[in-house]
Amino acid sequence: MKSLAELEAIRNKAKANVNLRKDDHAVRIVVGMATCGIAAGARPVMNAIMEEVAKRNLEHVMVTQTGCIGVCRLEPIVEVYIPGEEKVTYVKMDTKKAAEIVSEHIVNGRVVSKYTIGAEQ
Amino acid sequence: MREIALHILDIAQNSITAEASRVVIEIDEDKRKDTLTVTITDNGCGMSPDFLQKVTDPFTTKRATRKVGLGIPLFKMAAENTGGSFEINSEIGKGTCVKAVFGYSHIDRQPLGNTAETILGLVTAYENVDFLYKHSVGDKEFVLDTDKLKEILGDVPFSNPDVYLWLSDYISEGENELD
Ligand SMILES: Nc1ncnc2c1ncn2[C@@H]1O[C@H](COP(=O)(O)OP(=O)(O)OP(=O)(O)O)[C@@H](O)[C@H]1O
Ligand SMILES: [Mg+2]
Repeated sequence: MKSLAELEAIRNKAKANVNLRKDDHAVRIVVGMATCGIAAGARPVMNAIMEEVAKRNLEHVMVTQTGCIGVCRLEPIVEVYIPGEEKVTYVKMDTKKAAEIVSEHIVNGRVVSKYTIGAEQ
Repeated sequence: MREIALHILDIAQNSITAEASRVVIEIDEDKRKDTLTVTITDNGCGMSPDFLQKVTDPFTTKRATRKVGLGIPLFKMAAENTGGSFEINSEIGKGTCVKAVFGYSHIDRQPLGNTAETILGLVTAYENVDFLYKHSVGDKEFVLDTDKLKEILGDVPFSNPDVYLWLSDYISEGENELD
């Protein structure tokens, strides 16, 4: 059973490490979470990305949500922003594809072209 | 929407868009009364009486990208389809309260679904917002107050990997205890 005491221990450990600031995040992953996105399954996609980022200790990555990205039929949509590179938009995501994007694109630096909006259109 | 948990995520998202700093989400499963009640209360910008009247009509929305707002009409329909009721109270500058009562054992009631994921998603995605979550089933209750967690965490964010995974387990365990 998880306890609040455990959370305190995590806090102390984190504080002993580098005091990471939120705006130090270089890479941004954005998930579309309007009604259309949520209905299409954006929530598990969001959580899968979060979990993958957490497990891999990717401290430079920030995961955020946004409203309707504007192409409801292609939801769930995930956008990846890496400084100095063009934004990549992934469409029709599921939890497996999302995890693949974290490992391939974020960790290994290779865009997963087959899931991009370009491949779809 | 396949699950009530998704409606909750969606309606809470409205509160965030309305710039709420505190969102209270309550689920009450009362098998004796045969009801499942969801209440979402925020201190966001609120709506005018005029707008509020139109808000359950799918052709009302402020958004630019798509003309029809669906969140509220879908939630209302889901509740009313189970012999339940739906109500919104809102005041400009004060906030909004959305309440949906579902017929618990009604055949058309959607499953409650993965509330743990909904809450985890909200809490971690909108760290500047305080969430109070209360889920009761009969006389058992799980409460999550992000105010309290933030007090413990200080400036360590929910997005810290260890914190995120702890939170994920904590919420899942709390919800599972209710069964
Ligand atoms: N909690 C709230 N506080 C203030 N205004 C709200 C709130 N909830 C809804 N509204 C207003 O009502 C409108 C309709 O909401 P609704 O969720 O039905 O559709 P939407 O959010 O516009 O689009 P979507 O289909 O993505 O949900 C919103 O655009 C907003 O202007
Ligand atoms: Mg909405």
